[in-house]
Amino acid sequence: MELKTPLYAWHEAHGGRMVSFGGYVLPVQYQDGVIAEHKAVRAHAGLFDISHMAEMTLEGPDALENIQRIFTNDFRNMKKGRVRYTLMCNEKGGILDDLVVCKMDEDRYFMVLNASNRAKDAAWIQEHLEGDVRFTDISDSTALIALQGPAAPAILARLAEPAVIPEKYYTLVEDGRVGDISCIISRTGYTGELGYEFFCAPADAQRLWELLLATGAPDGLVPCGLAARDTLRLEAAMPLYGHEMDEDTTPFQAGLHFAVKMDKGDFIGRNALDGMEAPDVVRVGLEVTSRGIVREHEDIYLGEKKIGHTTSGTMCPGIGKAVAMAYVEKEASAEGTELEADVRGRRIGVKVIALPFYKRT
Amino acid sequence: MKLPTDLKYAKSHEWIKILSDGVYEIGITDFAQKELGDIVFVALPEVGDDIEAGQDFGTVESVKTSSDVYCPVTGTVEEINDILADTPEAINQDPYGTWFIRVRGTLDEKGLLDAKEYDAVTGVK
Repeated sequence: MELKTPLYAWHEAHGGRMVSFGGYVLPVQYQDGVIAEHKAVRAHAGLFDISHMAEMTLEGPDALENIQRIFTNDFRNMKKGRVRYTLMCNEKGGILDDLVVCKMDEDRYFMVLNASNRAKDAAWIQEHLEGDVRFTDISDSTALIALQGPAAPAILARLAEPAVIPEKYYTLVEDGRVGDISCIISRTGYTGELGYEFFCAPADAQRLWELLLATGAPDGLVPCGLAARDTLRLEAAMPLYGHEMDEDTTPFQAGLHFAVKMDKGDFIGRNALDGMEAPDVVRVGLEVTSRGIVREHEDIYLGEKKIGHTTSGTMCPGIGKAVAMAYVEKEASAEGTELEADVRGRRIGVKVIALPFYKRT
Repeated sequence: MKLPTDLKYAKSHEWIKILSDGVYEIGITDFAQKELGDIVFVALPEVGDDIEAGQDFGTVESVKTSSDVYCPVTGTVEEINDILADTPEAINQDPYGTWFIRVRGTLDEKGLLDAKEYDAVTGVK
């Protein structure tokens, strides 16, 4: 059965077009459409219901030892209130999921993972726990709302005391308060914009949502759906599980070297990844140079040789270009390389360009 | 949902307007453009191309998805709508005023619907 977020009724009542995603029913867009929502986030601000995301905690004296062994990043030097992106790999070095780990306290960690991988992740983590550590899946008791865009700080400043607003990217405040609503406030996001994410009790989600929307409306804040979230993250070249990442892709192929610390000691997947740091196939950005749109699962050719495939692609409203991300053989991965995409039998010209396609200035 | 009564409709969500004897104009319905969302590109045939009824003659690309467009006419493309090259979003704004192609040939009326029948198919008032 598909799950509904605490904001389901609000989305339906406000023209959200509801679709299935990650086991949930979520709005793909509202009435003004994906381009308007995307541009609002780049110019002003957008509000996203991402309550479908999975949240899990690890607590206990051996919590750090476990996250060091199960995830690929190094968390030893992490301070309380910091957030760190990491991958979770299988023994073959394939990516099981990507997630963020938040350090709430010594011996207490909070993780945010992909909704579609929730059951798989929970089972994997539990199977690999050792020592004195307690695992809890708190997804059902956690709602999550993202406020993203250049106007986000001004909007939040009207609703929260300065002391509970995280100042730096990838930090959080656990005992945050927006209006009179208790929540974790983290300075994170998935749009390439400055923004915050609010973790709150499901019973408070609609009130928090409406408070943020009402406060931000004069700044141009609008509710946004999954479609804009996807075009925004694609422009920002953020990989998405099931597209740029899967169990057959290594972090090095995905260009996520920064999240793998080979020198931290043993972790699941390390032996397989050792020596694979310079892969033969790599993730690249493509700009469509002839007319048309290139989407996921299109074959990429260098002359008559098939050298890769796309993983995501569309027309990105912020940069006004059709772009795609793709895995291609290393020899064809240099910036400026002219390639072709086979779009249902029609060859479309593409060119390798630098990632990300969009970067906040 | 707009639904002009002087057009014929295909179950695959194209509308067909009889311009004169043997010349037909084809576009997509208001229902189709709403389902697709923001349209960003349209691939069309060239003037002079031969088309067979029931075959796809082009593709409409929105931000989220792409959809083929089918032709109920067997004939030759007489004209394509140049507006679509630079302003494909015109389809979102005016789906019945923004035709895709004009074809000279023979209409295959089998399976085509009038406005009332199409309304029943889409289930949208």
